[in-house]
Amino acid sequence: MYRVPGFLGGQMGVAKYTKDKKDGIQDVILQSGISVKTAYTPKDLEEVGFDYQKDLGDPGTYPFTRGIHPKGYRSRAWTTRQYTGFGTPLETNERFKLMISHGQTGLNVAFDLPSQMGLDSDDPRAEGEVGRVGMAVDSLRDFEIAFNGIALDKIGVGLTINAVASIMLAMFQAMAAKYGYTKDQISATPQNDILKEMIGRGAWIFPIEPAISLIGDTIEYSMKELPKCNPVSVCGYHIRESGATPAQEIAYAILIANAYIDEVVARGYGAEDFVGRFSFNINIFGNLWEQVAKFRVARKLWAINLKEKYGIINDKNMYFRGLFGGGGYGLTKAQPENNIIRGAYYALAAALGGAQTTALCSFDEAYTIPTPRAALLSLRTLEILMEEVGLRDTVDPLAGSYFIETLTKQMEEKIHQEMKEVEDLGGIVRAVAQGYIQKKVSRQAYEFEKAVQDGELIKVGVNKYVEGEEEDVALHEYRDASADEKIQALKELRRERSDKEVARTLKALEGAVADKKNVMPFLVECCQAYCTVGEMTDVFKQAYGEFEEPSIF
Amino acid sequence: MISDKKKSRIRVLIAKPGLDGHDRGAKVVAHALRDAGMEVVYTGLHQSVESIVQAALQEAVDVIGLSIMSGAHLPICKKLKNLLAEKGLDDKLVVVGGVIPQRDIPALKALGISGVFPGGTPFSVPIEFINTNIK
Repeated sequence: MYRVPGFLGGQMGVAKYTKDKKDGIQDVILQSGISVKTAYTPKDLEEVGFDYQKDLGDPGTYPFTRGIHPKGYRSRAWTTRQYTGFGTPLETNERFKLMISHGQTGLNVAFDLPSQMGLDSDDPRAEGEVGRVGMAVDSLRDFEIAFNGIALDKIGVGLTINAVASIMLAMFQAMAAKYGYTKDQISATPQNDILKEMIGRGAWIFPIEPAISLIGDTIEYSMKELPKCNPVSVCGYHIRESGATPAQEIAYAILIANAYIDEVVARGYGAEDFVGRFSFNINIFGNLWEQVAKFRVARKLWAINLKEKYGIINDKNMYFRGLFGGGGYGLTKAQPENNIIRGAYYALAAALGGAQTTALCSFDEAYTIPTPRAALLSLRTLEILMEEVGLRDTVDPLAGSYFIETLTKQMEEKIHQEMKEVEDLGGIVRAVAQGYIQKKVSRQAYEFEKAVQDGELIKVGVNKYVEGEEEDVALHEYRDASADEKIQALKELRRERSDKEVARTLKALEGAVADKKNVMPFLVECCQAYCTVGEMTDVFKQAYGEFEEPSIF
Repeated sequence: MISDKKKSRIRVLIAKPGLDGHDRGAKVVAHALRDAGMEVVYTGLHQSVESIVQAALQEAVDVIGLSIMSGAHLPICKKLKNLLAEKGLDDKLVVVGGVIPQRDIPALKALGISGVFPGGTPFSVPIEFINTNIK
């Protein structure tokens, strides 16, 4: 028996400030539903039962609340990984090199929507979308061009791809091999989190079960073949963008990660052998203190979860390694230059929260994908934090603050409540299949929006200090010609490749799917034969069918 | 006749055309229109223009609201308007919201899409627009 959720009414998921007539703040309730007091003292720590060893531990020690490295940013500044990609692989390759030449230390590849949805550039459904919000990828040839001249033994590559992550990871390996890198030299992090796509971002293709099984295949394969790859980056990020509170963001991310662990454990592996390669993608917009508490407690809860639920004993495997970044929903279309300042504060939250990796949405992204100038400004924001204002000086600088430690404890409690609610519904997979989480976060998004429109929640430039006139921003121009060039290149590829090899490898993939074998080695062969993303995806679609969205009301 | 139609609830189809899956805006607007007394049908994601027109016909809606964040609003709107004309559904009010740069609004209006509501538009604007334009 499962509880049937009733109408999700009321004002949920919205921070609330109560003020007196003189604009004095009377009461603060954070988005996660935690009240903030006027001042905090040692008594608050006593009340929440704060215990240094149990709740924090020294940096680099269990439960890692203070960070996963004993020296934090002293030993290594965060990796910067701006989300990059547009047009043809050649255009994207140039942008990658530009960002790296300006000090960026990792890559995070943006794919266009057809690629994310497993459609080739010449598919009629791709019309108008080729190369628009990311790079168009049809085959291994595109990866060869996109990563030409990039030192893949030094630069780790995030691949923002989900439904077809298995295909892109296989393609990445095939490409790296062509450039002479061995499997143990390359580090790729495909996003590969399908449950969050079903909750928020919407780039799903296959039904839940086979989609999770494909994730299981990538984890299993990475464990054996790609020791430096992080096969999954669980994204609380997009769930929060869709309307979740910070507490829900972490609660759902941990439950989703557990669903993927369970998939692989059910295949007979010990969690100890693969969980160390899990990573997370967490959002940074919103109340500064609430985000810092969220990052700190996320590390703790993940470590406890792994230790207690999965019996993990190796410290290294308990690390909550994360990209804390983005912040898209906090940015506004009105007075876009304000987003530069917002971004700086959001990035500060990430730094105070001890992010290993970061990226920042650019100020013009409420309009379109960023110009090089906007992308570089984001990168500079991240560099200034690390190199100018002292964020590398000491580890977890807010530790011991009466307020932050109280809040961190209270966040923990909230996250537990959110997790329990989902578990009572029969678990995260069921809650997503039935649309419960989707309903909840979309309703919250609506409440949030109403609060902004009613002026209850202040957004500078939107409902306060409004200027009226729309600012003139230089925008990234979509080049229609790059779609034509891409389609032309795909036609050439189809002419030049060996049809026999394509047919043979696709047939083998079909067989692997039918026999429920791990598809990864077969995908690598398909990629090497220059099968297209669309062709490989079609094999899966034939076997699995497609996901059906539950109702939102 | 006019007063008859006014009395019944306005029926709106909120549609997500194309491949983009960012549906926070679509869902939020769906909630807002519903709270404003309209009957709202949401197509879900990844709809082709053909399936949107089909749904509009099937659900006998008065308004089609498109939510587009991918930048492909011009080609999508053009295709939709053409297909509506082909099917004799010119009377449907088409409105569009999402990531729509100011500079593209004249081109959308030229396509016959009079209600363009870029991100950040208060709910009251499309609600009022629909209420005045559905007679």
